[in-house]
Amino acid sequence: MNVILHIIARDLRLALRRPADLASVLFFFIIVASLFPLGVGPETDLLRRLAPGVLWVGALLATMLSLPRMFADDFYDGALEQLALAPYPLGFVVLGKTLAHWLVSGLPLAILAPLLGLQFDLPGDTLLILAGSILLGTPALSGIGAIGAALTLGLRGGGVLLSLLVLPLYIPVLIFGAGAVDASMSGISPNAHLFLLAALTVGGVAFAPWAAAAALKIALE
Amino acid sequence: MYWNSFSDFLHMGGYGLYVWGSFGMTALLMVAEPWLAARQHRRIVTRLARQLRAEAKTETGASR
Amino acid sequence: MTMKINWYKFSAPSAFYPLAGKLIPWFWALAALFGVVGLWLGLLVAPTDFQQGEGYRIIFVHVGASWMSMFIYVVMAFWAAIGLAFNTRLSGMMAAALAPTGVLFTFVSLWTGAFWGKPMWGAWWVWDARMTSELILLFLYIGFIALTRAIDDPRRADKAGALLALVGVVNIPIIYFSVKWWNTLHQGASVSLSKGSSMAAIMLWGMLFCALAMWMYTIAVVLTRARGIILERERHTEWVKTLLTQNAPIAPIAQAKAK
Repeated sequence: MNVILHIIARDLRLALRRPADLASVLFFFIIVASLFPLGVGPETDLLRRLAPGVLWVGALLATMLSLPRMFADDFYDGALEQLALAPYPLGFVVLGKTLAHWLVSGLPLAILAPLLGLQFDLPGDTLLILAGSILLGTPALSGIGAIGAALTLGLRGGGVLLSLLVLPLYIPVLIFGAGAVDASMSGISPNAHLFLLAALTVGGVAFAPWAAAAALKIALE
Repeated sequence: MYWNSFSDFLHMGGYGLYVWGSFGMTALLMVAEPWLAARQHRRIVTRLARQLRAEAKTETGASR
Repeated sequence: MTMKINWYKFSAPSAFYPLAGKLIPWFWALAALFGVVGLWLGLLVAPTDFQQGEGYRIIFVHVGASWMSMFIYVVMAFWAAIGLAFNTRLSGMMAAALAPTGVLFTFVSLWTGAFWGKPMWGAWWVWDARMTSELILLFLYIGFIALTRAIDDPRRADKAGALLALVGVVNIPIIYFSVKWWNTLHQGASVSLSKGSSMAAIMLWGMLFCALAMWMYTIAVVLTRARGIILERERHTEWVKTLLTQNAPIAPIAQAKAK
């Protein structure tokens, strides 16, 4: 447990040293969300219908931006090798890094999302569901992303490859996340979607770090 | 036999394009893939054999 | 007991290579035999479908291809698990040999689905749960191939690919369930390609034989590709050197006699 907290604190300190990275993730989300009205036209009804999908896809792509960084810095300066040799399981380290990644990507994106939802004229309670679903779903994205980041560690063109590996696995999260927002907008209870999203996150955060740890060991051999 | 004539068979009750488009692409790929796999295998064999001969030559050359 | 010894024996690439060479022609023969029977039943004997007309005959290739596309991924994951658990060299090579054929059948399934969808649904592409899942399966295959090709060290490529295949096979049911859920919520197309109406026994037999033909085809072509990969990977070993210098590299039977 201490290991996980230690890794989270360490990664957060490192991330805060580079605030531009965090800002670029958020701006990417803002820009993608702003491009859509320019692409499809400013009709409010159409935008409202598109909003759940557009905002969720934008958030999903934004969390992916910082994934290649997840292990790369530690890999190149040798810290990862030391962490792998440490007496505690590497899975805990990956779990800590996953949570740290979520704290600097998923969490700020969830806070920002309602603001962008206003641009799409989403009603008030739907904005809450939007933020809640992103909050609930993005940990799973960070977990799955960790597997992809570990598999592509140190490879040429790793970033594009990473998105190729990870995006198909993101689909269930996207479906239930955007589905929750969609349901709340059409006056249906979004609970079923949110429960399934929570299940994906619990599963993703519980199992993905171990798969990612195995992938890291393969990369470090 | 179900069909009355060969043109009936080709026409497929108006679905000719779709049926033959499906079977045609499947057949094309299922012929192309084995051909490519066999060609790749042959190429690997000839390339490796050539490399081995080249290595053997340099070895005998070095021992002289 | 003897069975066990044989398994271990043939898990060595040096023993597997000539064995595969001997088996390939048999699988081709079976594929041709089943294919002829399947096409004869499907195209010449089976009566028309009262709902879908002659257009239903597309199922004779579509169903087999869809089965194979999913089955090959599972087999890939099986070899992946074996490779990670027992650290055998052959399993990674088998997974690498299987992936392109998986892509082929996934593509055939999508293509024939589109050619069935155009007359039946009125559109080349419909976001039907099965079609969408098949498309995602294609992405998974392409991810596997891209990852293993991007890694230069074959051992690392095998292991990373194996891990990805396992992650994929765990996720496929989740993806399928979520796509199905999404599809029912958005009320997608409801006519199904494979069970549009009650099937006559003769149609089922035709489908079965076509699927068996594809099965045998898969084994033959995968073994052919695996042989190439084995040679490439093992090129520095003695057995490959003797095999290639004996001047009968393509005929493994002559090779076996020479021993």
